[in-house]
Amino acid sequence: MITLRALMQPHRIVMMVIFAAFLVWCGVSLRWDWLPHYMPLAIAGLWTTLWILVVTTVLGFLLAVPLGLAQAVGPWYLAVPARMFCTVIRGTPLLLQLWLLYYGLGSLFPQFPWIRSSELWPYLRQAWPYAVLALTFSYAGYEGEVMRGAFSSVAKGQLEAARSFGMPRLTMFRRIWLPQAVRNVLPTLGGESILQLKATPLIATITVMDIYAVSSRVRSDTFIVYEPLLLLALVYMVIAGIIGFAFNYVERQVPARR
Amino acid sequence: MHPSAAATSAATEDAREEAIRVTDLHKSFGSVEVLKGVSLTANKGDVVAIIGGSGSGKSTMLRCINFLETPSSGQIVIGGEEIAMRADGTAANRRQIERIRTRLAMVFQQFNLWTHRTLLENIIEVPVHVLKTPRAEAVTRARELLARVGMAEKEDAFPAFLSGGQQQRAAIARALAVDPSAMLFDEPTSALDPELVGEVLTVIRDLAAEGRTMLLVTHEMKFAREVANHVVYLFKGRIEEQGPPAEVFENPKSERLKQFLSSVS
Repeated sequence: MITLRALMQPHRIVMMVIFAAFLVWCGVSLRWDWLPHYMPLAIAGLWTTLWILVVTTVLGFLLAVPLGLAQAVGPWYLAVPARMFCTVIRGTPLLLQLWLLYYGLGSLFPQFPWIRSSELWPYLRQAWPYAVLALTFSYAGYEGEVMRGAFSSVAKGQLEAARSFGMPRLTMFRRIWLPQAVRNVLPTLGGESILQLKATPLIATITVMDIYAVSSRVRSDTFIVYEPLLLLALVYMVIAGIIGFAFNYVERQVPARR
Repeated sequence: MHPSAAATSAATEDAREEAIRVTDLHKSFGSVEVLKGVSLTANKGDVVAIIGGSGSGKSTMLRCINFLETPSSGQIVIGGEEIAMRADGTAANRRQIERIRTRLAMVFQQFNLWTHRTLLENIIEVPVHVLKTPRAEAVTRARELLARVGMAEKEDAFPAFLSGGQQQRAAIARALAVDPSAMLFDEPTSALDPELVGEVLTVIRDLAAEGRTMLLVTHEMKFAREVANHVVYLFKGRIEEQGPPAEVFENPKSERLKQFLSSVS
């Protein structure tokens, strides 16, 4: 952790003063009069970004666990499809996946009357389900690979101890294997979650009104370019910081000596 | 039929009930036959020391007893209950194995305490999540056991921050927490620095004195001689010689055992 004393170094003080001056300059000499008018939209956009981030990382992780497990210890008929999924997802641009789902799948669906008349249609005709699906797959693809390594990295003796006490397989997975695997890759997962955050602006390209889309909207409405972008950068930095802190906190719950 | 681990210890003069019986156990890893028909019986209260050079199959034999290794063939009877095996030796009934394992606590060479849990959590893990003991009860019992192995102060410590001797003592407490009918020690002091061996042996010695049934794979000959009431010498997957410690150590009959004893002492 950074202590106050550690901040009180000459070179750090200089950096902080420069940054503070930059903020003051931004506040005083840039235009912010558009802000109140766009505030409600910005808050809605922020909410969209946040819930899509949380939902896709959670769903993606839930998918990554079986993907990793299948690759680490699964039989070939599970391991091969899991590996193929991860390879395809990791090997193609997210933007491409998003567009294939939205413009491809999304324009295929309306051709089937039974889909149009189904309960799901009110959702399938919107953009966000495709955004959620693409981002979930993306996270699952990358994290599936991470979890494969994580499951393999848990020491054999840890699982052997569990087995030697007659622990049923599911209990062992839930109580020993999964927690240790996740613990081993927490720093990676933290980093990947921040990457996931920074992948979310792509969904603006399929008409989902996230915080990035709001800043574009401000630009095209008012021709003010830098101010919305600067504010946008700040918003992403704050969210990334919160994610970093959250993972750091969880990591500290189990002190490791390495 | 097969020679039993006989010699009577004072604690168990009345109870000669059979705890573990292994008959004609074979185990191959690929084309290498590690166990070539081993038979052994331990009665309640027996302390059986299993000695032998590296590669003699002693650890494999111990690990076959609770099916951490799958025997290739043979018969294993724990507390009168035979473990069902298929023709190829694999366990026929996973639930049966799991149930039997809860009665056979194992202590490992590498301790294998769960690294993501504190000592107290390590010890209550199996009672609470496998045996469904109420948590409060398990915690009380765990504290008693930690005190017993001299680790009461460390209940909130994580294993990585403890010495090998401390970890192994905690691992013994974890094994005791399931109230096992027999304990399997797989070279419990082999991974320890020499100065830490003593503290672990003291704990095991106490357990032997209170009449616990134990199978002990060890390189500590002096210790084996002191606590065991039956010693088994394995050589290349066969029992070369066995008997009471006094006989095996003082008066070995087999040439190989003589050589082995002179090489380790």
